[in-house]
Amino acid sequence: MKNGLIVSKIKNGTVIDHIPAGRALAVLNILGIKGNEGNRVALVMNVESSKMGKKDIVKIEERELNQREVELIALIAPSATINIIRNYEVAEKRKLNLPEKIEGILKCPNPACITNNDVEARSRFIVISKSPLVLKCDYCETTLTEDEVLRQILL
Amino acid sequence: MRDIISSLDFSKEDFLTIFSLADEIEKGKRLKLQEEKVVATAFFEPSTRTHLSFTTAALRLGAKTIGFSSTEGISEAKGENFADTIRMLENYSDCIIIRHKFDGAAKFASEISNKPIINAGDGKHEHPTQTLIDIYTVYKSFGSPDNLTYGILGDLKYARTVNSLLRGLTRFMPRFVYLISPEPLKARKEILSELNYPYKEIDSPSEVISEIDVLYVTRIQKERFPDEMEYEKVKESYTVDENLVNQMKKDSIILHPLPRVNEIDRRIDSKPQAKYFYQASLGVPIRMSLLYKILSGEW
Repeated sequence: MKNGLIVSKIKNGTVIDHIPAGRALAVLNILGIKGNEGNRVALVMNVESSKMGKKDIVKIEERELNQREVELIALIAPSATINIIRNYEVAEKRKLNLPEKIEGILKCPNPACITNNDVEARSRFIVISKSPLVLKCDYCETTLTEDEVLRQILL
Repeated sequence: MRDIISSLDFSKEDFLTIFSLADEIEKGKRLKLQEEKVVATAFFEPSTRTHLSFTTAALRLGAKTIGFSSTEGISEAKGENFADTIRMLENYSDCIIIRHKFDGAAKFASEISNKPIINAGDGKHEHPTQTLIDIYTVYKSFGSPDNLTYGILGDLKYARTVNSLLRGLTRFMPRFVYLISPEPLKARKEILSELNYPYKEIDSPSEVISEIDVLYVTRIQKERFPDEMEYEKVKESYTVDENLVNQMKKDSIILHPLPRVNEIDRRIDSKPQAKYFYQASLGVPIRMSLLYKILSGEW
């Protein structure tokens, strides 16, 4: 299957390629895709990749991603590429860049953190390391590892 | 305008500037603010020394004080949220001193308020003005915080004074720091990862006590433990007693941010090494010095 087209091209929508192998389901979770939304979704896991060894791919018809979704994908799949498809052509390529600060997306694991105790105190994490992913709460300085981020996103 | 949230907010020069002014105050310098200022003390969690020493410091500088020292009797008890209380105090005062049980509360307040915020203890996170006092006591006792061996004993996981002190010492050059605690109370990794001086984690002071110049003891704070069972397992795991003090160097010092419970035997209070009450007495000149810098606009 190395050079074959595993699933057919899509007319309009998004192709998320170069997802680390095994994380496609987490990507679907970020996008809130349960399967009953009506649009066609193709998910391919553990396919050969010259760059990555193995990778996952997700294709979603009739849907373009917003900035928050892109940031979330960057957290768990920083190697991913996002292609926006319009009329069978790649209209836009988005390279994922993990922002220096992740705001309002993740929850601080420290129950005594102010962000878990005041509705106005929005969570904010500073990226300490991109690989492996390590985040630090900007308020209480509790660290969040990649596994914890993945766990939060998959919940 | 300057917020003080962490002891990392002070450079070495800041520490020495505060120490120098505190020293002059101790020697009798009369320090008064040129303009009338109002200092708000917002203590959402009980405190004796910190609250009273900040209040005394403000009054001695000629500032007026407003505020509270517990949440009883303030609108938070009626359901007003923390952020709104800070907004009110911002309108009434020139500087807000905050003590709160939640980690990060002071930083959050600093994002709400345009007036300077001083962190007087936020949960188990930081207590930077205590660190000013701690290192000043060392400075007064030895002439410099550099080239000394420190032993930091007790609850290194939940004690905010320890987090702030370990960070504050990065501005100086300790010869060595022993972090002495039972396994469940070891210092937090995120703090240790920042340290730029040699340190070692050990579980008992007995082997190293004769090397130590500054023994910093902390209380095990029941209120910080998320699990009471965890507290019960470690609550009396260390005590500084006569036997231990007799093995210390004659010119070494014992510090404690106070209050103590059983971790320091009261029979050692009369020993020359026992400096914790002296340390507490330095709270007012240190906080006068800090408040003066902030309220006069020098910082």
